[in-house]
Amino acid sequence: MPARLSRRSFLVGTFGLSAAWLAAVGGCAPPPATPTPLPATPTPVARAGPAPGAAGVIKVGILHSLSGTMSISETSVKDAEMLAIEEINAAGGVLGQKLEPIVEDGASDWPTFAEKARKLLQQDKVATVFGCWTSASRKAVLPVFEQLNGLLWYPVQYEGLEASPNIFYTGAAPNQQIVPAVEWLLKEGRTRFYLLGSDYVFPRTANEIIKAQLAAAGGVVVGEEYTPLGHTDYSTVITKIKTARPDVVFNTLNGDSNVAFFKQLRDAGLTADRLLTLSVSIAEEEVRGIGPEVMVGHLAAWNYFQTTDTPENKRFVAAYKRRYGEGRVTDDPIEAGYLGVYLWARAVERAGATEVARVREAARNLEFAAPEGTVKVHEKNQHLWKPVRIGRVRPDGQFDEIWSTGSAVEPDPFLERYAWAAALKKGR
Amino acid sequence: MEIVLLQAFNALSLSSILLLIALGLALSFGLMRVINMAHGEFMMLGAYTVYVLQPLFAPLGGPALGLYFVAALPLAFLTTALLGAGLERLVLRHLVHRPLDTLLATWGVGLVLQQAARSLFGAPNVQVTTPPWLQGGITVTGSFTMPYIRLFIIGMVLVAILLVWLYLVRTAAGRRTRATMQNREIAAALGVRTPRVDMLTFGLGSGLAGLAGCALALIGPIGPSLGTYYIVDSFLVVILGGIGQVVGTAIAAVAIGGANALLEFQLSASVAKVLVFVLVIAFLQWRPAGIIARRAAR
Repeated sequence: MPARLSRRSFLVGTFGLSAAWLAAVGGCAPPPATPTPLPATPTPVARAGPAPGAAGVIKVGILHSLSGTMSISETSVKDAEMLAIEEINAAGGVLGQKLEPIVEDGASDWPTFAEKARKLLQQDKVATVFGCWTSASRKAVLPVFEQLNGLLWYPVQYEGLEASPNIFYTGAAPNQQIVPAVEWLLKEGRTRFYLLGSDYVFPRTANEIIKAQLAAAGGVVVGEEYTPLGHTDYSTVITKIKTARPDVVFNTLNGDSNVAFFKQLRDAGLTADRLLTLSVSIAEEEVRGIGPEVMVGHLAAWNYFQTTDTPENKRFVAAYKRRYGEGRVTDDPIEAGYLGVYLWARAVERAGATEVARVREAARNLEFAAPEGTVKVHEKNQHLWKPVRIGRVRPDGQFDEIWSTGSAVEPDPFLERYAWAAALKKGR
Repeated sequence: MEIVLLQAFNALSLSSILLLIALGLALSFGLMRVINMAHGEFMMLGAYTVYVLQPLFAPLGGPALGLYFVAALPLAFLTTALLGAGLERLVLRHLVHRPLDTLLATWGVGLVLQQAARSLFGAPNVQVTTPPWLQGGITVTGSFTMPYIRLFIIGMVLVAILLVWLYLVRTAAGRRTRATMQNREIAAALGVRTPRVDMLTFGLGSGLAGLAGCALALIGPIGPSLGTYYIVDSFLVVILGGIGQVVGTAIAAVAIGGANALLEFQLSASVAKVLVFVLVIAFLQWRPAGIIARRAAR
């Protein structure tokens, strides 16, 4: 595959250059703008753990799909993580040392993710890795991180039922997105649910949870439909939805199928006021690709919107647009990627070392004023306390927040605090 | 009753889309035996043509804004036809009589085109505004609406297939094409410039892919991997229809579209997809040459 080879050699070249550049900078001209931390460098206070590369540099890995189907979503998360690293470096780095990002391409291919994770941990000896998007890629790298005792910061909402000591989950657990969204819909009087999803693990698990919750709360599932990933003709599915007459379509479609679904829904004359949908995988970036005029009025549940009104978010959105262009938008996974880098940096500062065991210990109950509001690392399951929001798509493709929990919700990846979920776990 | 009508229309609409994406392949694969895996990427380029033209027409404002789509049709056809002709001239010409190698070569070209689109337009999907005159639809009864876009695509397919048929049957160039495909050596001996015919035919097939891309831009995603979603279906239609048979391709598209719409409604999308594959395989066991077998001696 010529395209891939040339890209790889290009990347190698780029890394070579940047490594040489960093070595030169680090070697002869230490940045003078950092007053306190520099003297600390010669006396390494417990610099245990994965050995840093050149003196004064901490290597961190970034592992996302920069090619293939998933690059649509993951490229922007990589950009946000790079932005956080640049900001941290501009402010003097971590423990007085600059961060050196090593970017690897998972290529939307799960074995490649595992291989690249191994490379980052063994060969580059990175202190931590920020990366992955799909659950499949996370499941592929998980054994690598556990075996080599690495640390992964995973930025995307997912189906839950996992808590690895080697992963910090900065996106939502099901009880911080799906469960509150269903509760809210029921409270709005929408009891007839049509469940539509792509045919793979996340939508199926999410819908199992929703079905259990609806059974307990008095809702009805009037239809459940899964389409293959990349499915492009939804006219028949739309007919089925019409026949079932639901109050709401709970949409867990992923990727490009969403574009086809919403365009064809609009063509069939079903605007949001006639058939409401609530999605959990469509954020600002996706709305832009689908077309805001097609999605106007539909709902999405997230922890963060670009319009979220906090001073931290104003700063973050401005910085992101300044760095990558006015036309770019931020969204939930982008923000979760960004805040993950900061959380790790804070934990390292608190621990005084990059060693995984000590960082993990230091991260417990760590708080950070993120763009979405103050988040806190859960002491046990390594997920985050996060606020939950529901937004409605505006004609400009942004979301109007129409409901939020206000304060941060405790993460519960195994849904232990819900009585109806007990049967669910027994069933699997 | 309403549902039956609605599903019948959906079946017709799906068939028209299948036929639109398969028509170009019926030429390049059917007539030339080149397995063009880059066919999907030509569709993607067609879709991006619509996206590129849209802002150029923005200053016009008002209803004239929708003209960008009309302008995109010939432009997409020309762009992809030229690219296809170039591909034939530079790559495929050297792989004559090696159909499996054309598969690899065109697949590689497809990857290059995908990555080029990713570098040029960015990895995220882009969107176009549907021209005002294609928004909405005709409401027949209560919930039975025929979207204008679907009607437009059906019309577009009818015109395209008529033109292709006229070209092959009624023009001198078409006769030369058929002669070359039936017996290359004798056609050449009779003075047909076969390399030129190859280039033209492949260009035409690629141009049709570009046209299909324009239509798909209105109903599906526009992104670098657009082509990959349609390529399997289009090969399925061509193979079922019978190699080199434009009419067979049309019948196959209607059969597959109809089966898909029916099965998906009764069962589910995933199962329907599997069953359609099973049915096609079973049919090809029974009639390996497809719905319409080629009569000409080889």
